[in-house]
Amino acid sequence: MSVGDSSTPLGKVRGLGSAQHGGEHWLTERVTSIALLLLGTWLVASLLLLPKLDQRTLIEWLHAPSGAIPMALLIVIAFKHALDGMKVFVDDYVHEPGNNFVVNTLLLFLAVSGGAIALYALARIAFGAVA
Amino acid sequence: MVVSILHRATGTALSVAGLAVLTWWLFATSSGPEAYATFTKAAVSPLGLIVLIGLTWSFFQHLLSGVRHLVMDTGRAFELGINKTFAILTIVGSVLLTAALWIYLLGVAK
Repeated sequence: MSVGDSSTPLGKVRGLGSAQHGGEHWLTERVTSIALLLLGTWLVASLLLLPKLDQRTLIEWLHAPSGAIPMALLIVIAFKHALDGMKVFVDDYVHEPGNNFVVNTLLLFLAVSGGAIALYALARIAFGAVA
Repeated sequence: MVVSILHRATGTALSVAGLAVLTWWLFATSSGPEAYATFTKAAVSPLGLIVLIGLTWSFFQHLLSGVRHLVMDTGRAFELGINKTFAILTIVGSVLLTAALWIYLLGVAK
């Protein structure tokens, strides 16, 4: 972008505003937070209501659809919400565009990998691969 | 101010340690008795209990201050008195809920 005397007023301000999608990120954070309010309460209540917290009880709990489906939702939405939250943190403190891109990309990879590992473990239990 | 900082700190703790523990717990549960025993051994060790109690408190604090944020997003509770009371209530609530949950859990375990 050239900022000389020949630049038009529009040319001088172009690229200085928001990236035009902040609103969506903001709203997604809120929507996932409401979902996690429900799913987090479900997780705590479930752990309290289970008769024991041994492996067999947990497998029975997560093998049933009533356990597996909310847990799948919890995993996906919790990792998404964590990623959105950490991005706000990174964007506030890592200003240099190159570093910001690297840190945000690293976080994205970590969140997707973590979510995949958790879903894989849950799927094994839900689909009966674990006796 | 303090509650706002706590919201970030607990959110970061839950994102990093919370999701790591959740993933480890699920993976151990799906991996057989030895893996699950390794997890529970770590979970009930002194350090493990500190981490789990810390995460429980972080969960309730983040949940309650999150509700406060949602209320404030609607333009309510900005009056100084209400705002401060609400902020203090999130801390009182999170400490009480954490204490109640762990007293119950440790009581059942014994």
